[in-house]
Amino acid sequence: MEVSDKVSLLECKHVNYSYHTMSGETHALSDVSFQVNDGEFTVIVGPSGCGKSTLLSLICSLNEPESGSILLNGRSLSAHTDFHIGYMPQKDQLFEWRNVYGNITLGLEIQRRLSKENLEFTEKLMREYGLWDFRHVKPSQLSGGMRQRAALIRTLVLRPSLLLLDEPFSALDYQTRLTVSDDIYRIIKREHKTAILVTHDLAEAVSMADTVIVLSNRPATVAAKVPVHFSIEERTPMKSRNAPEFKEYFNMIWKELNTYVPET
Amino acid sequence: MSLKHRKALAAESISVKQKAYLNARLRHKRFVQISRVLLLLFFLGLWETAVRQKWIDGFIFSSPSRIFNTFLTMLKDGTIFEHVGATLFETVASFFLVVICGLFFAVLLWCSEKLSEIMEPYLVVLNSLPKSALAPLLIVWLGANRSTIIVAGMSVAIFGTILNLYTGFREVSKDKMKLIYTLGGSRYHVLTKVVLPSTVPATISIMKVNIGLCLVGVVIGEFIGARCGLGYLIIYGSQVFKLDWVLMSIVILCIIAMGLYGLIGVVEKWYQKRI
Repeated sequence: MEVSDKVSLLECKHVNYSYHTMSGETHALSDVSFQVNDGEFTVIVGPSGCGKSTLLSLICSLNEPESGSILLNGRSLSAHTDFHIGYMPQKDQLFEWRNVYGNITLGLEIQRRLSKENLEFTEKLMREYGLWDFRHVKPSQLSGGMRQRAALIRTLVLRPSLLLLDEPFSALDYQTRLTVSDDIYRIIKREHKTAILVTHDLAEAVSMADTVIVLSNRPATVAAKVPVHFSIEERTPMKSRNAPEFKEYFNMIWKELNTYVPET
Repeated sequence: MSLKHRKALAAESISVKQKAYLNARLRHKRFVQISRVLLLLFFLGLWETAVRQKWIDGFIFSSPSRIFNTFLTMLKDGTIFEHVGATLFETVASFFLVVICGLFFAVLLWCSEKLSEIMEPYLVVLNSLPKSALAPLLIVWLGANRSTIIVAGMSVAIFGTILNLYTGFREVSKDKMKLIYTLGGSRYHVLTKVVLPSTVPATISIMKVNIGLCLVGVVIGEFIGARCGLGYLIIYGSQVFKLDWVLMSIVILCIIAMGLYGLIGVVEKWYQKRI
């Protein structure tokens, strides 16, 4: 096969995972293998409850795969001692008892990295993305979009080499969702971050992805990998939606997903 | 500043209907407040008249004026300070000890799922036990002194506090806890950054109940093993048929209970404003 000259940042090799409860065992992930290249935006789509979020929690070491391995820069996750993987949760999870600044520096505080350099970096990011003026404000006083920005910057100040986004827009209404995904995409690209986004929204997947990974129903396995290229300049999710290729990709992924719909 | 500005704007552009609504609310509030005061005055007046007209026996039922005179006499010889001070000190001391011990044990249970499962039935039994049954035992074991009264006050509130705090800790959202782990935190960080700060409101409302419970425990303790305090005054007064003392003590206990509850209400308001 073709040899890619891009560096693979993350590599999942034959990952298996099951949940255990008193009532039985649920096989969530079955032989999941894929690579994520440096600087790429990868979107994982799959039917609801197929194990997408499970996969993310394995990548950020909240759980360990039962078999198989996950490598970051060619080394296993447990071999990395310092912080590498940033995670943006489904809802922003900003703490109401801290102001915006306190929320954004939470990670630095926990990791005891409140150095002058890191705080200056925090200020730079907050100024750049319009949050500096709101630093003393409670999260509830921010708009939905600004809350998502704050949640993203809370992760970015830790300078992760890989960003995981777990359906970060699912709690927003449709209109906000479109503008916020545009916004978050731009920030991620501007900061040159590698990102993996999980979603069940096909249009969102196609509009943001460099590569779409389609997962099958549970137990999830990789059903297809679709590289996405648009013939437009300065791509943004919004522009992508209007690109001529958009529909083709959408239909292609739609078919891939439906091949794996369980027989009823 | 912008908020003030907006309020000022709103005040100018207030409509007639809105004004009428606001006035109606104000009248309602005033009516309730005045009725409350009148009800109290009516009750006191009826009591006083009933005694003066010899409908009831003032020796047994006392009367507002007799209670007030008793209070004045005790105020002059200073004995009232001794009794009120003792009860107040013991209540506040047991309250703070309950807060500290309650938080300590609730955190301990939160830290170990095994421990909390082992301890659960014991805590439930101890919580539902009528604590007044323990008071005589405490007197025998610890002696008739002030620390016993404080322990009696604690015994009423402590088990419920531990259980309720622990339940509050358990209700903290899993997603918030997960966030801490993804930011590289440990279980210690989950406790200090999420569990404790997010349960402050619940903790304050538990404390609101506790201060009353501590007062109950302290009075029970004073009934049995004290030489001063309002509980002692009630028991001693009933034994020597000085019912003026008994009723005066009850009135003062009402005021203390109200005051302490109000004090925690102030703390609560302050916290809500800060948040």
